[in-house]
Amino acid sequence: MQPRLLVEGAARKLDGPLLFLRRTLEVGLNDAVEVRGRDGRARLGRVAALDEESMTIEVLENTSGLGLAESVVRFFGEPLNFPLGPGILGRVFNGVGQVVDGGPPIAARENYRIEGMPINPFARATPRDFIETGVTAIDLMNSLVRGQKLPIFSGGGLPHDRIAVEIAGHARLRKGKGGDFAIVFAGIGVPFDTAEFFRASLEKSGALERTALFLNLASDSSTQRLLTPRFALTAAEYLAFVEGKHVLVILTDLTNYCEALREVSSSKGEIPSRKGFPGYMYSDLATLYERAGCIKGYPGTLTQLPILTMPADDIGHPIPDLTGYITEGQIVLSRDLDRRGVYPPINVLPCLSRLMKDGTGGKYTDPDHPALSSQLYAAYARAAQTRVLASVVGEEGLSAADRKYLAFGGEFEGTLVNQTSARSLDESMAVGWDLLKALPKTELTRLSDRQIAEHVEK
Amino acid sequence: MSEARIRWISGPVLRATTDGRFALREAVEVGPQRLLGEVVSLDGEEVIIQVYEDTTGLKPGVVIVGTGQPLAIRVGPGLLGNMFDGLLRPLAGSSSAFVTPGVAPARTGMLPFRPKVAKGDRLARGAIFGEVEGAGGRVQRCLVPPDREGEVVTVAPAGSYAEDAAVLALRDDAGATHEVAMSHLWAVRVPRPVRLRRPGAKPLVTSQRILDCLFPVAQGGKAAIPGGFGTGKTVLLEALAKGCDADVIVYLGCGERGNEMAGVLEEFPELTDPRSGRPLMERTVIIANTSNMPVAAREASIYSAVTVAEYFRDQGQHVALMADSTSRWAEALREVSGRFGELPGEGGYPAYLSSRLADFYERAAVVETLAGATGSVTVMGAISPPSGDFSEPVTSHTKRYVKAFWALDVRRAQARFYPAVNPLLSYAEDAHVFAEWWAANGNPEWVALRRKFLTLLDDQARLERMARIIGKDALPLRQQLTLFCAELVNEAFLRQSALSPIDRAASPARQSAMMRLIGRYTELAESAVNAGARLEDLAALPSYRQVLRMGEEIGEEDLEKFGALAAAVEREIGALVQEKEKRNAATTAG
Repeated sequence: MQPRLLVEGAARKLDGPLLFLRRTLEVGLNDAVEVRGRDGRARLGRVAALDEESMTIEVLENTSGLGLAESVVRFFGEPLNFPLGPGILGRVFNGVGQVVDGGPPIAARENYRIEGMPINPFARATPRDFIETGVTAIDLMNSLVRGQKLPIFSGGGLPHDRIAVEIAGHARLRKGKGGDFAIVFAGIGVPFDTAEFFRASLEKSGALERTALFLNLASDSSTQRLLTPRFALTAAEYLAFVEGKHVLVILTDLTNYCEALREVSSSKGEIPSRKGFPGYMYSDLATLYERAGCIKGYPGTLTQLPILTMPADDIGHPIPDLTGYITEGQIVLSRDLDRRGVYPPINVLPCLSRLMKDGTGGKYTDPDHPALSSQLYAAYARAAQTRVLASVVGEEGLSAADRKYLAFGGEFEGTLVNQTSARSLDESMAVGWDLLKALPKTELTRLSDRQIAEHVEK
Repeated sequence: MSEARIRWISGPVLRATTDGRFALREAVEVGPQRLLGEVVSLDGEEVIIQVYEDTTGLKPGVVIVGTGQPLAIRVGPGLLGNMFDGLLRPLAGSSSAFVTPGVAPARTGMLPFRPKVAKGDRLARGAIFGEVEGAGGRVQRCLVPPDREGEVVTVAPAGSYAEDAAVLALRDDAGATHEVAMSHLWAVRVPRPVRLRRPGAKPLVTSQRILDCLFPVAQGGKAAIPGGFGTGKTVLLEALAKGCDADVIVYLGCGERGNEMAGVLEEFPELTDPRSGRPLMERTVIIANTSNMPVAAREASIYSAVTVAEYFRDQGQHVALMADSTSRWAEALREVSGRFGELPGEGGYPAYLSSRLADFYERAAVVETLAGATGSVTVMGAISPPSGDFSEPVTSHTKRYVKAFWALDVRRAQARFYPAVNPLLSYAEDAHVFAEWWAANGNPEWVALRRKFLTLLDDQARLERMARIIGKDALPLRQQLTLFCAELVNEAFLRQSALSPIDRAASPARQSAMMRLIGRYTELAESAVNAGARLEDLAALPSYRQVLRMGEEIGEEDLEKFGALAAAVEREIGALVQEKEKRNAATTAG
């Protein structure tokens, strides 16, 4: 442990989250500090700017109740760290990595910087191992692989939490058993009942003992919200790259994170960019999402499943927009499907998995998997176009082929997307082949004659 | 060496006081870790420095040392086949799996050098003085730096040398002797000089049908690929890197995903360059500054990449530079500009965004090099417009400087129709220039067929709008035929899967064969419809499906199968026409 230094009475100005001090000792940029006010409560902070006479502390928690004269600042002499060691699975932490389940503290082996370090692109291994989630719209149409970051774009009131819990419980390698994954769950600014739902569901499925929970509740300070995913990802990196586990990280809800980022940025007086969010939001989000991956020579992997709620269901909003540019695809939920009782209400058209090409096909899943997925996409896209046409001219105005597509679209949503229990990939593929039987053979241009003969015409 | 001491730090920006001399854009080393930085502003005794690495832990009072040189990168024969960060420091060979701040160790592999000059020879700027033969028999030329010239005093005999070891000594006119190594330093922000620039007359063959046939880019030209997320920019750029007929590929991942870079690094050594038969990696330089690496280095990475491209051009090579994505570079510019406290312009970007973009794209050219050879740099830049809105500043400024604009379309991407280039929003200003090249390469009808396809696609958009109001069946038969043919152009010709081993690259000969076949098909379909055939009759013919799938089924080795398929089309539609005519005659007679 570094020696800790106390400074008292050096504060000159307090402006929102920023505390300006006279510089009385040697500190480095980004060093962690703890600020204690009259109330005795310790607040975490970091050194945000420095010059010869003064320094600026960014307090990462609520600054109400702090004064100038009686503020005591404790300097850690190093950036914000998370001491980690074995036994973090099954534990519950608050948003800044303190144990809150009443159990003993973590026996720390080493300190890890919560900012992490960028993985050297040269040291990365290409993610290839297909993860079976049990959800057909993901497994068959937008496959998830180990080391990928695949966000769920949702909206308020849609069942993203339930889907995330089911994926966490089911996720396995093909033909493997469930429970291959250690789970790190970070609730970022979530309401208490959501946090409780996750805890209870994981407990019920028996997954809680392989889960580390990080909870920053909606009532906690919003500045702390910026730290929660970083603590959670530091723990996940420890599990993956030190303990060698396969880790699935669920981050919810990134929208709360971005709102907090905007709040803190504006209180610092920074120039706002789109919708008031700071211009560096892309880079900032990247420092979270890019912490997913596989590294050559390391047995563990880190897969991310971030969840965000699109404000006003708008996929063009800066939060989903920037996320989509960084992550390797997205799973998009649709209010329309949800209203029609389709579960999971995944609208496959705007969905994408960029790493699907690396983890599917002969060597990884099934040689005909990519072609089947592509054909289903082409047909469903045509069905969606036909639907628009039919809504104007009526079904009678459609050609015979178009009517077949219209029916296909309904079936696709009703039997392929909709599912009552988890499916294996083989079961999902069987459903897909079955649906294509309703379409004319000449239209199946994404399938070879052999594939049609073997699967569609049999 | 001038020195300065840090007075103020915030993020990647430092203010330091000095009594020495610093020059604008001079490279500096900061602190004991020797973090790389650049002087961006001078004000009396104060210098403002932009640091290209994580500044965590820096303190006021820390010493900054000037290097006396502008920010420069080392270009040499060791670049090919390797991966570098935004400031061209090698990413391979690091002991840690994570990128740690500080100057990386220099790469010093030994390279086989063969001299091409003798003592007493007079060498001009940029002259070739030796060769290095790589693993696959690929020969690279060693260049005198473009700012040196003189008489050869000594030259090392053939043998293995470190890339930065002196192998040549030159005495300039002033009598001073300079040592020259196989590699040399060049300032990243300064374009490398050339003898003269030439207009582009030949297309860069990309092996993508929709680009080569509809929206070609010139060798030495510039193209932009704008598209919202998930429209396939990266997949298209990678397909271009694999399939285009350049001698050297510089692939820049600027603020993009780490996993993509890993994918390129894993895939390229396994794919072969169809022209040389060697692994693709041997003609590729990867520059990776992923989105979570320091943002200031992202700003510099685009200049590093284009400087590397120019270095290979100066050896008389044709170079293609893929930049993915220029929007991330512009954002880095915005972020750093914000830290300097500059006034923001449109979209928060600094007002000089437009001129910086122009500077970058202007470095694409066909040139006569200082050594007298012809080389070129073709630049293809991806753009990631927020919400896929092409009216935003980066897209709209770029549009003014590029000749080819390949707009990617969300709707096509959602139907997994790749490459998702929207033929109505895209353009190629130079297309007419290439008619001659296509004629010389066996496709004299290229101009006519291109015009025909574009007209069909344009009509399709118009008719589909109309069909949405009155229903497709209510359209006259001729218009339904137009829709039928346009769909054929889309499905059978423009769609080209980057994942298909057969179809991922199409040679000009194969493209021409497919183009002609579809052109002929549309003529025949028209004659059939005139004879009274219905479109369903045409779709029911076996050849219809074969035409739709010809890209997947007929590879480069059996181009003659296109002839057989064309014959089948003639035969089947001919039979259909005859049958209809017979029936027509019968009804008229009856």
